[in-house]
Amino acid sequence: MIPAKFDYVAPTSVEEALSALADAGDDAKVIAGGQSLLPVLRMRLNAPEVIIDLGRIDALRGIRDDGDAIVIGAMTTHADVQADPLVREHATLITKAVTEVADPQIRHRGTFGGALAHADPAGDLGAPALALDAEFVIAGSGGTRTVAASDFFVDLFTTAIEDDELLTEVRIPKKTGWGAHYEKFVRVAHQWPIVAIGAAVKVDGGTISEARVGLTNMGSTPLRATSVEQALVGQPATDEAVRAAAASAGEGTNPPSDLNGDADYRRHLATVLTRRAVLAAAGG
Amino acid sequence: MTATQERTSSGEVGRDRRRKEDQRLITGRTRWTDNIQLPGMLHLAMVRSPFAHARITSIDTSEAKAATNVVAVLTGEDVKDEQGSLPNAWPITPDQKAPPHPSIAVDRVAFAGEIVAVVVARSAAEARDAAELVDVDYEELPAALDLKDAANDTTLAHPDLGTNKSAFWKFDSAEAGTGGNVDEAIEKARGDGIVIEREYRQQRLIPAFMEPRSVVVDPTGEQITVWSATQIPHILRFLMAAVLGVSEAKIRVIAPDVGGGFGGKLQTTPEEWATFMAARRLGKPCKYTETRSESLMAGHHGRDQWQKLTLSATKDGTVTGLKVELLADMGAYISLVGGGVPVLGAFMFNAIYKFPAYQFNCQTVLTNKTWTDAYRGAGRPEATFAIERLMDELAVELGVDPLEVREKNWIKHEEFPFITVCGLEYDSGNYEAATAKAKEMFGYDELRAEQQRRRDSGDPVQLGIGVSTFTEMCGLAPSRVLGSLDYGAGGWEHASVRMLPTGKVEVITGASAHGQGHETAWSQIVADRLGVAFEDVEVLHGDTQIAHKGLDTYGSRSLVVGGEALVKAADKVVEKAKPIAAHLLEASADDLEFSGGKFSVKGTDKGMAIGEVALATFAAHNLPDGVEPSLDSDATYDPVNFSFPHGTHLCAVEIDTETGGVKMRKYVCVDDIGNIVNPLIVSGQVHGGLVQGIAQALFEEAVHDEAGTLVSASFVDYLVPTAADTISFDTAHTTSPSLTNTLGTKGVGEAGTIASTPAVVNAVVDAIRHFGVDDVQMPCTPARIWKAIHAHDQGGGTPTPGDAAPHFDEQDVADRTAGADDTAGGAQ
Repeated sequence: MIPAKFDYVAPTSVEEALSALADAGDDAKVIAGGQSLLPVLRMRLNAPEVIIDLGRIDALRGIRDDGDAIVIGAMTTHADVQADPLVREHATLITKAVTEVADPQIRHRGTFGGALAHADPAGDLGAPALALDAEFVIAGSGGTRTVAASDFFVDLFTTAIEDDELLTEVRIPKKTGWGAHYEKFVRVAHQWPIVAIGAAVKVDGGTISEARVGLTNMGSTPLRATSVEQALVGQPATDEAVRAAAASAGEGTNPPSDLNGDADYRRHLATVLTRRAVLAAAGG
Repeated sequence: MTATQERTSSGEVGRDRRRKEDQRLITGRTRWTDNIQLPGMLHLAMVRSPFAHARITSIDTSEAKAATNVVAVLTGEDVKDEQGSLPNAWPITPDQKAPPHPSIAVDRVAFAGEIVAVVVARSAAEARDAAELVDVDYEELPAALDLKDAANDTTLAHPDLGTNKSAFWKFDSAEAGTGGNVDEAIEKARGDGIVIEREYRQQRLIPAFMEPRSVVVDPTGEQITVWSATQIPHILRFLMAAVLGVSEAKIRVIAPDVGGGFGGKLQTTPEEWATFMAARRLGKPCKYTETRSESLMAGHHGRDQWQKLTLSATKDGTVTGLKVELLADMGAYISLVGGGVPVLGAFMFNAIYKFPAYQFNCQTVLTNKTWTDAYRGAGRPEATFAIERLMDELAVELGVDPLEVREKNWIKHEEFPFITVCGLEYDSGNYEAATAKAKEMFGYDELRAEQQRRRDSGDPVQLGIGVSTFTEMCGLAPSRVLGSLDYGAGGWEHASVRMLPTGKVEVITGASAHGQGHETAWSQIVADRLGVAFEDVEVLHGDTQIAHKGLDTYGSRSLVVGGEALVKAADKVVEKAKPIAAHLLEASADDLEFSGGKFSVKGTDKGMAIGEVALATFAAHNLPDGVEPSLDSDATYDPVNFSFPHGTHLCAVEIDTETGGVKMRKYVCVDDIGNIVNPLIVSGQVHGGLVQGIAQALFEEAVHDEAGTLVSASFVDYLVPTAADTISFDTAHTTSPSLTNTLGTKGVGEAGTIASTPAVVNAVVDAIRHFGVDDVQMPCTPARIWKAIHAHDQGGGTPTPGDAAPHFDEQDVADRTAGADDTAGGAQ
């Protein structure tokens, strides 16, 4: 289908983009890789008057080592994140999760920051980012601010980014030496996850000393299973111990009911997939 | 993949030729309907009803008409005197009730997606923009949505009809004199035998062809030219003329390259009618191409039945009777062959088994959903599913292996030709051979042993083995049989062979391909028949001014019916060439033999290639007296019988009992489709067919919400599997040549789809039967499987489908998104 008419702006710097945003007010939409916005436009579910394309802002691309964190530019494609050795070494859970995003075509068009800013609770990157305490650097007319992951995801498709702001980069604190795994449950490969679990654990001498567990598609935002994380600490990385700790993964969640299963089924899946994710992370 | 196939001759037939058409089809450097651009062409956009059932109280088109470059806006009111009713070619009973089917709704809409207005503008974008400006007021009416409720006339889909019941169609073997009385057989079995009673659901499916439907109508010449992404250019031409009151001679229909159909383009559509009417009114070429969303919502759907089944058997497992009671959802209208789809399955529930008594009852029902019609297999997948599921249930009741109970009851190879309880004559087959080969390839006994080990150890991953020993009737169809079933046309096919003076050959076929590979297969047949090079054969089709006669492509008919017409036409060319060759060789025609493309005088080294005869005939300088200067020949062939391919399909699945997840472990099929013209094309048909049938078992379902809105309305929620979701299939063949056509071929276009669905569901049920499960409704989703496993310990049941996931939800996406838009999932 054909989108409704819109004006197209392609700034080459963050400043120009912010200025375009300010000029357009409520009528603008920002496009990154376009993997969600384009279908929405083509189905005429939204008809913004101005599209601001961030694709020509080179400063928003790239991955760098910044001491205690890996910094990923918002416009870095999933494929580039997937292939990056720094991310693989220091934020293994991100590598594992981004590898599971959709299909190769989408991973070469879609962007890391775009996906997080879109904040689809079924998106694969939100829960890992939350679990790893990622920080979101947001630029506005008054300068930049940094928002913790726990404050970034506000609701379904809603983040802390204001209408006149842009996500510029995501800082992932290093978890060097941790094991990680992203366990995604789907019916067909190109589907959004019915439920997915991101787990990162630090194992010292067979005992889990630290654990992070993020839940995908278990509520209106990515969630963190803090009770599971706490229960895992001090436990041996055995099936029995992890099974017991994972039993509470579905507690306090509010997952959707849809064609792929109801909320109770998803809560059950969360416990099974959490166990599997943690064991795989500990084994890896 | 292993595709084992013996060459059936030393020539082209039996050779795995790469398809000639693929370079242009795969690169897209060809003419699809939507590629066609004509001078001054206008574009259409449709305004469609959001409601399943509503009265149209007013339509205000003024704002749309005033929009930039809008040429016209047509409503049902504007065209009600000319649009007629979209045709139903198969009224299955004399008293069938069918509501009038306008292409543009006039005062009432009967499904969500029905066209209420058509906007014509100078560009497609402007037409789409203006369509948003058409203001339609609706008064919502209660909608008939649930098939069983609708069958009880709880709510009426068309209040004027007074009922939702369209037609009741029955076959009874006692009444027909082809078998015994089924009620007596069941009654007897209740006393001293076994009775299996089940109810199965055939969910609603969407054909989901790759190329959305598209139509271009050019009214500027002497003939009105219609390009359409259709399977049926000839039938479309005939019906457009019949319904719209235009001389058939003034309509030319062209189906250029068409990107798949699966039955979904075996239709005469409101969109074709609306484009035709707009072009005629405006005197300018008009184009309409649907969006994927429109295609899923308003292209016809398939399947959608409830099947109530009663099978009787003796205590030793010999079947004695089968009674079938179907409810079939027609949707909002009785479409081209919609009512006939379940009837195509009527003679196939008995399948390969020697039932002495059989009864088939079908009630077709109108609802306020998208209308249904043919979808790959059309009636036969539903029948095959039912009987193959039942045979597994009978095996469980008897405590024997499912292959054992099948073998006990199937037709033995020495019993062919065999007349079934429906009166059909199966010409050839060998179920023992196909099954033996499949079992060996599958490693049946080893997998059964592994299944037992997993059960004994309480493995969280359980193994299931599913069987489907299918047959089907295809190669539609003997015209006399179609007539006896009240179908509105015949089942013959036409072919012409034109010998060009340069020795090249043009073949014209009435079977209009839409991805099947006719150009390659037809070239192979003609190359062998006439002894010319494969590359020298050009196959023309799909344009009623070139292929003036034909009944098109569906029902696995092209090769077994159209191929036979081609053989007969080619043989006529040889017959016509023979006296000319004899004259030129100064020999008696009786002394000539034709072999390898050459006429030779027996006992001499004198000879002449058929190309040389063609050139001499073109020059016509030296022909025998009274012989016309032409070798061109044609033939129209009416089949004497259906084609009955069969096969044994074995499927192993692993079920993760913790999640309900299904993983296919192994799939083996040994199909007997008679002689094979091109093994590569056959592999493609088998592989694609298998995936389509597996998709019904595991993935696909058209789901409507309580308001009658399609919620599986994009490929985010209508899950069409990709290569990533399937495994490598082990395919092979046994060969029992058909006795009813020269090439000995049987149809293969639908076989895989018909066979695979029950094999997969049988495997799923087999894996978890020890949890007390005897059925999982399709599609067998992980959630349904998990709930079936835990039904007893947790009081679970079949989950109620809710709304689709809100990835593209209007409010969510439009209003709440802040910052950059992108996502981490979904292929759309």
